[in-house]
Amino acid sequence: MQVTAKNSADMRLGSLEELEKLRSELLAAEDPDQTKIIVCHGTGCVANDSPSVTKALKAALAAAGEDIKVMPGIKTTGCHGFCSRGPLVIIKPSNIFYQQVKPGDVEEIVQKTILTGETVDRLLYVHPQTGETLKTTEEIPFYSGQERVVLSNIGQIDPTDIEDAFKAGAYAGMAKALTNMEPGQVIEEVTKSGLRGRGGAGFPTGLKWSLAAKHQGGQKYVLCNADEGDPGAFMDRSVMEGDPHAVVEGMIIGGYAIGADTGYVYVRAEYPLAIKHLVKALDDARAHGLLGENILGSGFNFDIRINRGAGAFVCGEETALMRSVEGKVGEPVPRPPYPSDKGLFGKPSVLNNVETWANVSRILDKGADWFASLGTEKSKGTKVFALVGKVNNVGLVEVPMGISLRNIVMEIGGGVPGSDHFKAVQTGGPSGGCLPWEDADLPVDFDSLIAAGSMMGSGGMIVMDERDCMVDVAKYFLGFLEEESCGKCFPCRLGVPRLRETLNRFSKGQGTLEDIDDLYSLAEAIKAGSLCALGGTAPNAVLSTLRYFRGEYEAHILEHRCPAGVCKDLITYSIDPEVCTGCRACSRACPQGAITGEKKKPHTIEESLCIRCGMCMESCKFGAIQVI
Amino acid sequence: MLSLTIDGKKVEAEAGWSLLDTARQHGIDIPTLCYHEAVEPFGACRLCVVELKQGNNSRLVASCVYPAEEGLEVFTSSEKVNSVRRWILEMLLSECPASREIREMAGQYGVNTTRFEVKDPEEQCILCGLCVRACAQVVGANAISTVGRGAQKEIGSPYLVPGEDCVACGTCVTVCPTGAMGARFERVRGVPSVIMARPGK
Repeated sequence: MQVTAKNSADMRLGSLEELEKLRSELLAAEDPDQTKIIVCHGTGCVANDSPSVTKALKAALAAAGEDIKVMPGIKTTGCHGFCSRGPLVIIKPSNIFYQQVKPGDVEEIVQKTILTGETVDRLLYVHPQTGETLKTTEEIPFYSGQERVVLSNIGQIDPTDIEDAFKAGAYAGMAKALTNMEPGQVIEEVTKSGLRGRGGAGFPTGLKWSLAAKHQGGQKYVLCNADEGDPGAFMDRSVMEGDPHAVVEGMIIGGYAIGADTGYVYVRAEYPLAIKHLVKALDDARAHGLLGENILGSGFNFDIRINRGAGAFVCGEETALMRSVEGKVGEPVPRPPYPSDKGLFGKPSVLNNVETWANVSRILDKGADWFASLGTEKSKGTKVFALVGKVNNVGLVEVPMGISLRNIVMEIGGGVPGSDHFKAVQTGGPSGGCLPWEDADLPVDFDSLIAAGSMMGSGGMIVMDERDCMVDVAKYFLGFLEEESCGKCFPCRLGVPRLRETLNRFSKGQGTLEDIDDLYSLAEAIKAGSLCALGGTAPNAVLSTLRYFRGEYEAHILEHRCPAGVCKDLITYSIDPEVCTGCRACSRACPQGAITGEKKKPHTIEESLCIRCGMCMESCKFGAIQVI
Repeated sequence: MLSLTIDGKKVEAEAGWSLLDTARQHGIDIPTLCYHEAVEPFGACRLCVVELKQGNNSRLVASCVYPAEEGLEVFTSSEKVNSVRRWILEMLLSECPASREIREMAGQYGVNTTRFEVKDPEEQCILCGLCVRACAQVVGANAISTVGRGAQKEIGSPYLVPGEDCVACGTCVTVCPTGAMGARFERVRGVPSVIMARPGK
C-alpha cells in the first residue's frame, strides 16, 4: 500500500525524524499474516525466464482468488546469489526455497504451498553430497554458511521500490551521519571500523577519505567504481541491481565526510539492469529529498550522476576511470599526484567501489564496533565472492574475512562435481593468481592472499579441477590482459604479449627450461616497471601457476604432455573398445567425420582428421572416450 | 631547496622538480624516450625508471613524473632498473627494428639482438605519444591522437583519414625520437585552409 502522498513536494523528508516516522508507518502497515512470494529477478534468473514465472504466479493467485484467506503478495527482487539454481521462488515467512521453477510449476505451488502449507518436494534443493532434500534457505549450506552484510537486503527487497528499501532500514545510517555527526566524526567511524577498499588493493577507506578531507573547501568529488570487469565476477552488478540504495546512501555519506557535493557512478554499459535500477533509485531518492539541496534539513547538498563506461577493462583503474569521466581517453596517469589531492577534473576526489560504498551504509547504521567484530585483525567485515567454475553451487556468496578456501568451496559451494578436492582456485581476476588444494586452509583475507601470490581483487573466485590446465589458464588471463592493456606504458603493452607468446609455445610442447627463467625475469620487469596496477599485476597468473604447478609446466616442455588433457597440440582422443557400445552418438557429434565404425560395434577415431574439439567426449554417455 | 641522494651523491633540488630534472641538473644521465622539455611528462616509456630505497623496501618509479622529495635515496642504474630497461629495449628491437636510435640505445645496454619475433622490419614507431602531445600542447591543433588500444594502438588522425585540423607544421616530425613520424606524415597531414584554398569549397 502507498502511505506517502503522490505529490512529489509532499514526499520530501525534511529531517531524520520524518524519515523514521515514515519508516515506522510503512512497517506498521505491513500485514503480519500475509504470505509473501519472492521471485528472483536478478540477471541470472531473468535469463532463465523468471518473469514468466511471476506472470504465471499472478494468474494462478487470481484464479485461486476466493479460496485464499489472505492474498499473498508477490515481490520481485534482486539476485539471491544461487544463480545456478534459478529461477528461484521463496515463500516467506517460512523461507521455503523452490529452485529451477518453471511457469508450469506455479499452479502446484499455489494449490499446495499457499492453500495447504505443503511443500512441492520435486522443486526443493537436494544436497549434492548427502542426497538429503532441504526445505528452507536456513537448511541449505549455501545460505547458512554465509554472513550477509552487503547482500543482506538483496533478495529481500524490491530494488525498484524505495519504500520497500525504507522498511529494510535504508538511509538510516546516512540520516544519522548528516544529522548527528560532524564530517570528521564520520571519517573517524569509518576508520575505526577497519574497512578496506573492496575493489582490489584493500586500501584503508577511512585513510583515503581523510586525505581528501584535509583539503579545506573547494570543489571535491566522490566516485563509485562500478566498472566491474573481471571474467566471471558479478558482485557489484548484483548489489546495484538488488539494492541500489545501499550504494547511493554510502556515496552521500562519503560526500558529506569529505565535503563533496557531487558524486559519479561509473558503471559499464553492459549492465543495463543495474543502470535502470540505479536511475530509479536516484529519482526516488531525489523525490524524497535524500539527494539534492539541504538533505534532511542538514544544510548538506549532494547529487549523483551516472556515467556509462564503454567496456574498457582498464577504466576500472582509478586514474583511467577519472579520465574517462572527464571525456578523455581512458588511460591511467602516473601517481603522485594522488586522486585525493588531484583527481577528477584536477580536484580532490575519493573513488571507492560498489561493495565498499554499500559497506559504508551498513557501518554508519550499525556502528564501527559491530563491523570491526567481523573478519580478522587486519581484514574487517565480510567479502562477497562470485563463486564460479567447477563447483556445485555456482553463485554469489558473502562470507566473513578469514574464512578458509575449503569452507567457501567445499561447504558453501557444495564441493567440486565428481571430486573430493579442487585443483586450484583462482582469486582476484586477471590480477590475481591460482591457489592449489594444499592451500585449502588458507584464510581468505587481503594479506594472506597476497602472501600466497594471489590477491583478493574485487571478488572473483574460479574453481578448477583436474581437467583444467594451468598453462592454459595462465595463457587465458594473459590473453585477456593483452586485449585490455591500454597500450600507454611500454612494459605492459610489449611485455604481456611476449609472456603469452612464451606460454603459447609451452602449450605446443615447445620451449626450454631456460624459457621459464626468462619468463620470471620478464615478469619481474613488467611488475616493477609498469605504470598502473593492470600491468603491475599482469604477470601474477604466470608467477602463481609457476609457483604451485611448475611440474605441469615441465610436463609440457620436457615430456610434450598436457596432464589435464587441454592443450590441443599435446593430446589425442581415443575410444576404449571395451566400453564403447557403438551407439553412434560420437560419430554424429563429430564435426570432422573422424569417427567411424559399425553400429553396435566399437568405433575408432581417425587421428589425422581429429581437430580435438572434444565434442565426442561430451556426447558419450558411457565414458568410452579418453584423452591421452 | 630539497636535499636527496642520487647514486650515493648528495644533490639539491628545487621544489617542483622531478627526479629526472634533478638528475640532469647534476649531470647524471637517465635515458628517456617519451620525455621532451616542450611537453608535459607522460611516464609511458618507463626507460627513465629509477629505484627508490626506503629501509628494506625498494620500488621503481618513473623519474620524469616522480617529484623530488626531501631525503629520497635514488639509484639510477641498479640491477633492477637495468633489467627493466634491457627488457624494454629488447622488446622494442622486435617491435620497431628499423629505428637506429633504438638499436643504439639498446647497444649501450648490451642488447644487440632480440629473442622475439620481428613483425614489421620497416617499423620505427615506438608509440611514445610525443607527436600527439606536441600537436596538442605546443601547436594546439589536436590533429592526431593514439587510435585503438594495447597491441592494436597506432598514431593517426580521426578515422585514420588526413584531417583538416592538421596545419602541416611538422612539429610532430621534429619531436619524434625515432623519425617514424616522417614516414607517417602524409597519412595525417591535412590541407591547411589558411595557406591553400581547398578545391571544391
